[in-house]
Amino acid sequence: MNKILWKILVILGLAAPFIVYPVFMMKLLCFALFASAFNLLLGYAGLLSFGHAAFFGGASYVTGYLVKNSGLTPELGILGGTLFAALLGYLVGSLAIRRQGIYFAMVTLALAQIVYFIALKAPFTGGEDGLQGIPRGRLFGMLDLGQIYSIGGSPVALNLYYFIFALFCLGFWIIYRTINSPFGQVLKAIRENEPRAVSLGYKVERFKLMAFVISAALAGMAGSMKSLVFQLASLTDVSWHTSGEVVLMTLLGGVGTVLGPLVGAFTVVTLQSELSSVGSWITVIIGVTFVVCVLLFRRGFVGELGRLLKKSL
Amino acid sequence: MSDHILETKNLSKEFKGFTAVSAVNLQIRRGHIHALIGPNGAGKTTVFNLLTKFITPTSGSIHYNGTDITGEKSADIALRGIVRSFQISAVFPNLTPRENVRLALQRPLGISYHFWKSDVILQQLNGRVMELLEDVGLADYADEITGELAYGRKRALEIATTLALDPELMLLDEPTQGMGVEDVDKITALVKKVSANRTILMVEHNLKVVATLADRITVLQRGAILAEGPYAEVSQDPLVLEAYMGSTHA
Repeated sequence: MNKILWKILVILGLAAPFIVYPVFMMKLLCFALFASAFNLLLGYAGLLSFGHAAFFGGASYVTGYLVKNSGLTPELGILGGTLFAALLGYLVGSLAIRRQGIYFAMVTLALAQIVYFIALKAPFTGGEDGLQGIPRGRLFGMLDLGQIYSIGGSPVALNLYYFIFALFCLGFWIIYRTINSPFGQVLKAIRENEPRAVSLGYKVERFKLMAFVISAALAGMAGSMKSLVFQLASLTDVSWHTSGEVVLMTLLGGVGTVLGPLVGAFTVVTLQSELSSVGSWITVIIGVTFVVCVLLFRRGFVGELGRLLKKSL
Repeated sequence: MSDHILETKNLSKEFKGFTAVSAVNLQIRRGHIHALIGPNGAGKTTVFNLLTKFITPTSGSIHYNGTDITGEKSADIALRGIVRSFQISAVFPNLTPRENVRLALQRPLGISYHFWKSDVILQQLNGRVMELLEDVGLADYADEITGELAYGRKRALEIATTLALDPELMLLDEPTQGMGVEDVDKITALVKKVSANRTILMVEHNLKVVATLADRITVLQRGAILAEGPYAEVSQDPLVLEAYMGSTHA
């Protein structure tokens, strides 16, 4: 894709904490990575998971626990959360890929509900309260992520922001690489015509499972990042609402496009924050937006734009 | 090695009391173009699905080059060198013909699980891809979107993709189905051309194509073999005339 576009995006990302509220920006990055990871599965392997919150939220609990209770440094906490999500993804994926379509979605939803139940009842998750006051800690034991700088009179956790931004870039690059790899080619083939992929000698279950694990791991990484940003791991992160939200973001932005999930996540998170004053009407507004968008541009924002420009974005 | 590349012994498939394929003993000779014909519902496609394990036989066995492959999975059978096409054209519609063929070629490279590598690495296959596309007359369409190609071209692409795997045994399910006369002649010539150095088993309705191409014919009726032999012989068989060709040739 266009290299200039990438450069502009990176520069915007680097400059963002000086322009917009950094915590909001970090939340955007976490959800953008989450949606991109989800899109890898839905858009490129054709698998609709309805339980991705289990990986996102599960990892945020693990990171929270490791950093708060075991006193690990933040990078190890995030690594732990990501590995946990990968392992959980392997377990859920192994069961779910035996079924297709709606049954696949139902299996992932059911297993994610089990994770939700564990998060509610287990002694180490804080139940209804979740894990609160997770310290941001010192990166590699040295750089203080909690350090506050004053920019234009307002306090900004600049170190944390750039750490989160770097992780986002890493995660996003892994997804981009995966999509545009020999492996990604086979995934697209499976999405397009599974029996034909089998007849060419591809063991489609293995490809699906690998895609599932990569997607789960990166969704987990996004969740781990979020627990450091908000210093909180809560039941919301593992609830089926979050699973639904990520589907919404991906469809809104454009499923099967590289930039779509970013645009979708930015749209939904921005709407949520801008409209927070209207209270519970927010779900109605987002719901209506979603319906209108799906009716008007079925391919999502980026998908439609790509069609106009005759380019894959 | 034996004369027969593929052999089935009493191959049967029942669907809840309905016998779709009943005790079929096929013997496909190496290097032949073998046609499987029969009226609608005779079980031809079911036999194909059984041979490639897209469905599991109720009883009987399948032997490929003398090895019993009855218990193997579809992908493993493909790895052994039996590659099939499908009745409804099997292409990857949103990819380009170049990518379609390349997907078949990339498998033997052994990098298909390498999600950390750039797909630029696949460009080494471009030369071979273009050769194959040229063979089927699609070189000019290499970078179009496959789904937008004409039907006959999709079928040609499917054959190119199958050929890319250099299969020892190629199974073609109605390669000329739904085609105009011109395309039928093209595909017939193509099948003849690619039959060198390999064995082809095809299901085909068009008897003219069968008469032109097939070295040997098996006629199926209600899941069982009715007759087998060269075209000249089979087409004179009174049983076959009555059951199948009666309306066409009598």
